[in-house]
Amino acid sequence: MTQSLGLGRIASFFLVFALGIWVSASGLTESIAMYWDDIVYLTKQHLVLVCSSGFAAILIGVPVGVLLSRPSMEKYAETIMQVFNVGTTIPTLAVIALSMTILGIGFPPAFFGLFVASLLPIVRNTYAGLLTVPAHLKEAATGMGMTRQQILWRVELPNALYVIFSGIRTALAINVGTTPLAFLIGGGGLGELIFTGIDLMDTGMLLAGAIPTAALAVAVDFLMGQAQLRLIPKGVNPLR
Amino acid sequence: MIRLEDLTKIFRTPSGDIVAADRVNMEVPEGEICILLGPSGCGKTTALKMINRLIPPTSGKIFIGGKDTSQLNDIELRRNIGYVIQQIGLFPNMTIEENICVVPRLLQWDIKRARTRAAELLDLVGLDARQYLKRYPKELSGGQQQRVGVIRALAADPPVMLMDEPFGAIDPINREIIQDEFLKMQSELKKTIMFVSHDIDEAVKMGDKIAIFRAGKIEQYASPDQILAHPENAFVADFVGTDRTLKRLRLLTAEEVADRNAPITSRSTKVDDARQVLAASKARFAVVIDGENRPVGFITADEMRGASGTVRELANRLPATVPIRADLRAVVSEMFAHDTMWLACTDDNGRYAGVISQPDVTTALRATYASAPDAAHDPGAP
Repeated sequence: MTQSLGLGRIASFFLVFALGIWVSASGLTESIAMYWDDIVYLTKQHLVLVCSSGFAAILIGVPVGVLLSRPSMEKYAETIMQVFNVGTTIPTLAVIALSMTILGIGFPPAFFGLFVASLLPIVRNTYAGLLTVPAHLKEAATGMGMTRQQILWRVELPNALYVIFSGIRTALAINVGTTPLAFLIGGGGLGELIFTGIDLMDTGMLLAGAIPTAALAVAVDFLMGQAQLRLIPKGVNPLR
Repeated sequence: MIRLEDLTKIFRTPSGDIVAADRVNMEVPEGEICILLGPSGCGKTTALKMINRLIPPTSGKIFIGGKDTSQLNDIELRRNIGYVIQQIGLFPNMTIEENICVVPRLLQWDIKRARTRAAELLDLVGLDARQYLKRYPKELSGGQQQRVGVIRALAADPPVMLMDEPFGAIDPINREIIQDEFLKMQSELKKTIMFVSHDIDEAVKMGDKIAIFRAGKIEQYASPDQILAHPENAFVADFVGTDRTLKRLRLLTAEEVADRNAPITSRSTKVDDARQVLAASKARFAVVIDGENRPVGFITADEMRGASGTVRELANRLPATVPIRADLRAVVSEMFAHDTMWLACTDDNGRYAGVISQPDVTTALRATYASAPDAAHDPGAP
């Protein structure tokens, strides 16, 4: 056991060492230093896009999911969800391109495209999460004299929270991953370094955009994972 | 008190109307448990759920404590009725304490008062408050969860409780224990309870009255003993089973049947004196007791004929004794197990309390058959 652990440690040292050699050989450190101001500026832009569109998607997506799960919507909910599901199959690049044709170029179409792309998983998970709350919990709550509002807030939403949160996590992962495309319609972000790097065949510039994008995606997912672990009450959190 | 008057429920479905409850009339007196019993689809659950309006009645009236409930709104009505379901329905997102406090909080109780009440109730069902209040439902066993389910319904001290197969999902051993606990609690709390069950044994054990349902109608509404001894029709007789007389054994305890004046003698008594005691009481045997009044053996008249000395030398060992508080089913089972016609009974401290014999048991069972079936029927029936 200790033997293999020691070996693993040595192996990872070598790996890091090799990576270091490769990084300095490719001139990555130099290009990152060169584009540092751009990276900071574009990362900010990137984050503004992710946060604003993600936040808007949560703000709209959760209530829409709740609305669809209400008994009065039962007849139409499945049809509407089908429309949403078909919407999910449209590639996000196409969504962004389509929103440009309507909203022109710049921040608004990028915001809108990202918003639409992240809306779907949130609505779907909110709807599905609420539907899977066992009927007997709702019956018990009704029988105890809770109003519909109270049942929604105190029983249904808390018990669907884990599934809803998973939807938000997926949505944000898609969002962060898609945001580089915003550059194509003048929305800015780290895509600017990536696409320009590709066009100029400048690997250093490309990596200066790609590595922060990747790091951002990993960081966002990590944060969401931690939030899911810590924010959801123990009784309904399978992770705890 | 709960009174149902002509309570009717008709479900309108595309394939025609289904009558789930057909002019149900019944009254559950204050402080009694009434079991709604019947095969599945007989309308017992529908009848129950109409009381707290989880199913709105088609027509008819429901009175609770003499008050027509149609005057109350749904929310107000439900908050004043305890409700327990088979799936328990504890909210997984809330701690045990929060679960118990739900109704008190809905009724605007002060948080401190609600919490004190929760701790009090947990103690009542033998769960350590300090240990369990802050736990989540998934951290409790099924039996513990069901206990919490029951006390949650009791939290705001409602006069009326509705229980929909509350112990149906618990294993048989734990079910017996929880039933006994519940009966003990009920003997102090005296709630008026409607209780749905499909298990005749549970109904006989728990019910002060049993209402047997078929196709939305009450077939018979009477005490368990009345239903077992005098089923009103073939359906009821069939439903309670061919062994219904044996089921009645559970309704009586040895205390009610045992002969407390059966002759006794002590080990040191002279055989001559013992013989006289037996002759005076016309019994064929006497129970031998020790210095602390515990039954230790028996001696028969035949054995004493022509013998002398003390009882000690002639006494036989007792095959078994039964607690006087045991029900007759347990007593008869002991008799069969030891192939004996009679058994000595003991009180809680193991002291002699009487003798119970097979003829005593059959006489007790016959007594109910002899008495004519009297009024305890469905009060609404013609």
